[in-house]
Amino acid sequence: MNLLSLPRARIARWEVARSLRDLPLTAIWAILAYGGAILFMTPFVWMLSSSLKTQAQVFVFPPEWLPNPIQIENYWRAWTIQPTHLFFWNTIKVTLLATLGDLISSSLVAFGFARLRFRGRDVLFIVLLATLMLPAHVTLIPHFIFFWVLGWVNTHLPLIVPHWFGSALHIFLLRQFLMTISVELDDAAKIDGAGFFDLYRYIAMPLAKPALGVVAMYSITSHWTEFTQPLIYLSSKHLFTLAVGLRAFQTEQGFDLVHIMMAMATLAVLPVIVLFFVGQRFFVQGIVLQGMR
Amino acid sequence: MLGWYRHLPYSRREEIAGFLFITPWLIGFLIFQLEAMAIAFGLSFFKVDPLALAESRFVGLQNYQDLLADDLVWIALKNTAIYAIGRMPFVIALGLAIALLLNRERFGVRALRTLYYLPAVTTGVAVALLWHWILNPDYGLLNAGLAMLGIRGPRWLYSEEWALPSLMLISLWGVGQAMLIYLAGLRGVPQELYEAAAIDGAGPLRQFIAITLPMISPAIFYSLVVGIIGSFQVFLNAYILTAGGPNNATLTMVLYIYRKAFQEFHFGYGAAVAWVLFMLILAFTLLIFRSSAVWVYYEGELRKAGRTG
Repeated sequence: MNLLSLPRARIARWEVARSLRDLPLTAIWAILAYGGAILFMTPFVWMLSSSLKTQAQVFVFPPEWLPNPIQIENYWRAWTIQPTHLFFWNTIKVTLLATLGDLISSSLVAFGFARLRFRGRDVLFIVLLATLMLPAHVTLIPHFIFFWVLGWVNTHLPLIVPHWFGSALHIFLLRQFLMTISVELDDAAKIDGAGFFDLYRYIAMPLAKPALGVVAMYSITSHWTEFTQPLIYLSSKHLFTLAVGLRAFQTEQGFDLVHIMMAMATLAVLPVIVLFFVGQRFFVQGIVLQGMR
Repeated sequence: MLGWYRHLPYSRREEIAGFLFITPWLIGFLIFQLEAMAIAFGLSFFKVDPLALAESRFVGLQNYQDLLADDLVWIALKNTAIYAIGRMPFVIALGLAIALLLNRERFGVRALRTLYYLPAVTTGVAVALLWHWILNPDYGLLNAGLAMLGIRGPRWLYSEEWALPSLMLISLWGVGQAMLIYLAGLRGVPQELYEAAAIDGAGPLRQFIAITLPMISPAIFYSLVVGIIGSFQVFLNAYILTAGGPNNATLTMVLYIYRKAFQEFHFGYGAAVAWVLFMLILAFTLLIFRSSAVWVYYEGELRKAGRTG
């Protein structure tokens, strides 16, 4: 039966009949998919709700969803009860400097692996892939001793400097992307007298913007939420990042000021959520790149 | 100044440039990974006093002997293994279920994918504290929800039996990572296979078992490797939520390494425990890779087999 030869009205009727038949299935799908999504979002809503309650209302059982009255002052207290502005500033500083180093070094290395031919390249790349499997905890102690000898403990340097030497995962992702760019562009530029750094700067990097976006997103979120490293290296409160600052608040207050704690947690998570919604296509792209093994 | 360089043949210049481009990683690899691994290995044979590094004493295999006799190492190992392996069936089942649910063009499906993935990105202390509050046995949201269903919830993080399952439950919130990997895999399954199967009279379940599962087994494999390696190193939630308690019910290997090295300053012993964990992860990874030949289906394989056979 050729669908095109049917009169419009019949097609419409047929489609209505089909969608009516599928209606129960669609309804079940909607309940599962949307219901699950609501369930997944509940913790965030609960965090926001708790962060706006009074101390008395936080400890009402069974809990109430709507804060009454709405205490926006909680956020002001979260900002001032600890030097939260310093935690924010430190986190921004570390995240930006580490991400910058990561982007520059990883892209340089990825360009070398993807676009240039040299002896030992393929062996070295396999070594790089092997380090992806290397668990970070083994190097925790030697790194600490190393930075301690350098006098860098209780500074931000151990959180920043190692990232200026590239990250294996990000090099891998960028290399995968750079491999897909046609070599003809390079050849044309070479005829015009471009050096290798020109190829990197003026051809590879402008074209690699989507992949650089992926790496930037990964890098920013991981540095923003990093906990183990600042926990080990930072001991002065004025150097704390948000992660260790929150932890300090938890140890000092326990659950007593949980509404303030939730306000602080909301402040800490919000930038990540905003970044995620702004750059979500990069995150999805990242998974696609990882699949290109 | 660069005159000598300009006179080199092109391939030589490319070779020099190539090495220069990868130099940052090469230096980082040598210092922060290779050298660090060697130092960690060396340290594990010493009794290290961090206040007087020069007075560290060589003790041979002492640390490793102590480690085998240390009950806490065995407890930590058991907890870590239960956590790492125990959560994977749930991650795979739930991730796959959500991926299948969202692998169709329906109203709002793109927004739904984003929402399911969001918790996988928002990790860290803030979210750990949020879960601490949700799982609070007296005022928490979870027990309130259970009470509505007439169930008296356990004391979660404060109960010896429930503390480790609580950590697994929390980790399931990040299942969006696995979901995205499976979605990418599902997109690669050719539709013709389903059409052919439908003509042969295969129902949805049969199609799922005979087509979908084998076709996305590489994606499952990838998420399994990443998931197990990652969860062997679980630290943050165990540290923030339970500090390894109650009664060491959530003591994990990395938490134990942290305790030994950075709270008790037994760097040598900590390094020994770290090395043992490293070898275990390595062995486990190799085991999964060996087993993959049996249950992971790669399209390339068939072509290869066809050519040789």
